[in-house]
Amino acid sequence: MMKKGGVFIPKGDIPRPLYWSLAVLSFFLLLLLWGGLTYSGVVTPIFLPSPGQVIRDGFLLFTEFNLLQDIGASVFRVTAGFLLAAALAVPLGVLMGSLRVWEAFFEPMLGFIRYIPASAFIPLFILWLGIGESEKIAVIFFGTFFPLTLMIMDVTKNVPQDLIDTAYTLGVSRLGVFRRVILPFSLPGIVDTLRITFGWAWTYLVVAEIVAAGSGLGYMIMQAQRFLKTGYIIFGIVVIGVIGIIIDMSFKLLHARLFPWLGRGRGR
Amino acid sequence: MPGCFPGWAGEGDGKAMAEKLVISGVSKNFIAKKRQVVALADTSFTVAENEFVTLLGPSGCGKSTLLKIIAGLEEPSSGKVLLDGREITGPGRDRGMVFQSYTLFPWLTVRENIEFGLDVAGRSRGEKREVSEHYIQKIGLQGFADAYPRELSGGMTQRVAIARALANDPEVLLMDEPFGALDAQTRAVMQELLLDVWDESHKTIIFVTHDVDEAVFIGDTVYVMTARPGRIKARIPVDLPPQRTFDLKVAPEFLAIKKEILSLIREEAWKAAGASDQQFA
Repeated sequence: MMKKGGVFIPKGDIPRPLYWSLAVLSFFLLLLLWGGLTYSGVVTPIFLPSPGQVIRDGFLLFTEFNLLQDIGASVFRVTAGFLLAAALAVPLGVLMGSLRVWEAFFEPMLGFIRYIPASAFIPLFILWLGIGESEKIAVIFFGTFFPLTLMIMDVTKNVPQDLIDTAYTLGVSRLGVFRRVILPFSLPGIVDTLRITFGWAWTYLVVAEIVAAGSGLGYMIMQAQRFLKTGYIIFGIVVIGVIGIIIDMSFKLLHARLFPWLGRGRGR
Repeated sequence: MPGCFPGWAGEGDGKAMAEKLVISGVSKNFIAKKRQVVALADTSFTVAENEFVTLLGPSGCGKSTLLKIIAGLEEPSSGKVLLDGREITGPGRDRGMVFQSYTLFPWLTVRENIEFGLDVAGRSRGEKREVSEHYIQKIGLQGFADAYPRELSGGMTQRVAIARALANDPEVLLMDEPFGALDAQTRAVMQELLLDVWDESHKTIIFVTHDVDEAVFIGDTVYVMTARPGRIKARIPVDLPPQRTFDLKVAPEFLAIKKEILSLIREEAWKAAGASDQQFA
């Protein structure tokens, strides 16, 4: 049902192959621009090395500098901090979204703390927790827990009152409403929120590893800067991006698998 | 008593029918913008066992509020509601409800939606299956048993909502403009379907609507309500044959009752218009 210029109809659908071609095209253009700028010599390699150089640097990082260990350290910190945040934020957010007393007690405080940048707490965390793993995990926890809780609260608030009332008239108790209505209705939104905040966890990871770390991707990037190894920096950034995309895709796949009732549209 | 027009005063006919539901002096006030608003003025009436009652009134007359009070979802400011002689204190499975908005649980299939109440009650798999199968047949949704609500049309959605409420076998079925969002054709089909389903169980039903045709066509008794503050203006028994089909809507008996109700509503609307003129004078 597409007319002329049908691709540019606001909110209109486009064929799947076109969608994927455009996605690939954007990466290709970026690569083309990068290659053009570097191979032509317009930009000095010390500021921006060529794609080929970055790949060679990446190979070196894996073989000589044990990059896998850095990746492992970073993934561990992000996962630990994020899981801790999610384990507390999901129940708290659901309670805040469903019970006004919980909202009244927690919302203003969480809203206040959320506006303080997690990085500002790094000195305090070092003082309290030292410079080990717990300090890094604390930064990631601190950066994700507060916005995550508030977002999950909002998701839970969207449960239509009529749906809850219907459940009551079908014999569900007040406690049962959580399991029978609020949770199943909110779950897709919760999984989507987790996907988005997991991305933020990576942002805080790099911040945490730039200060007082001995391993991890953020640490590697900082070291590379010190020795003007621009290729290492770029490769490190690309690795973070690739890990991010893999996690994002897994979340989306999980979303489609878990919630067939939403239809097979792109998650949102 | 065919041909006679019963009075529309609130008092009952004194028939010795079992009183299923007694609404006694129920009112509802709320505060809006620091002013007290009477949503529902002192309302009393009784509903007999197996009676199909329609509450007819304009929007804002408190008919939905009244229904929610009967369901136990809202508390009355005064008065009480008795079901089989026991006072209602909260919602329960003995009073099923169908809303105007689409309230199927979107994560459950048609079958699982219909089985919901039985599942809550902890019934066996076999029993749930038997009941849901019966209602899927009854509402003509064979082939949609495993479909999710988003795949259904508005009419199908409301059919499932009715089946879900009935599958739970409530004492009373409360319906809050269930066909209000449907187009005229679908609405007419749904009215006949509802009567067909009702024929089987003869549940006590309170059905809220603002459509005069609908109120007369499906109800045994029509209560006409007025707006602001909402109150019951008249009780009109519908003396039409129990077997109702679409051609009844143009029969003289039907039109006579409709005319009676319309003149009542018109009178009320003029009064309301006059009153507000005075307010602004």
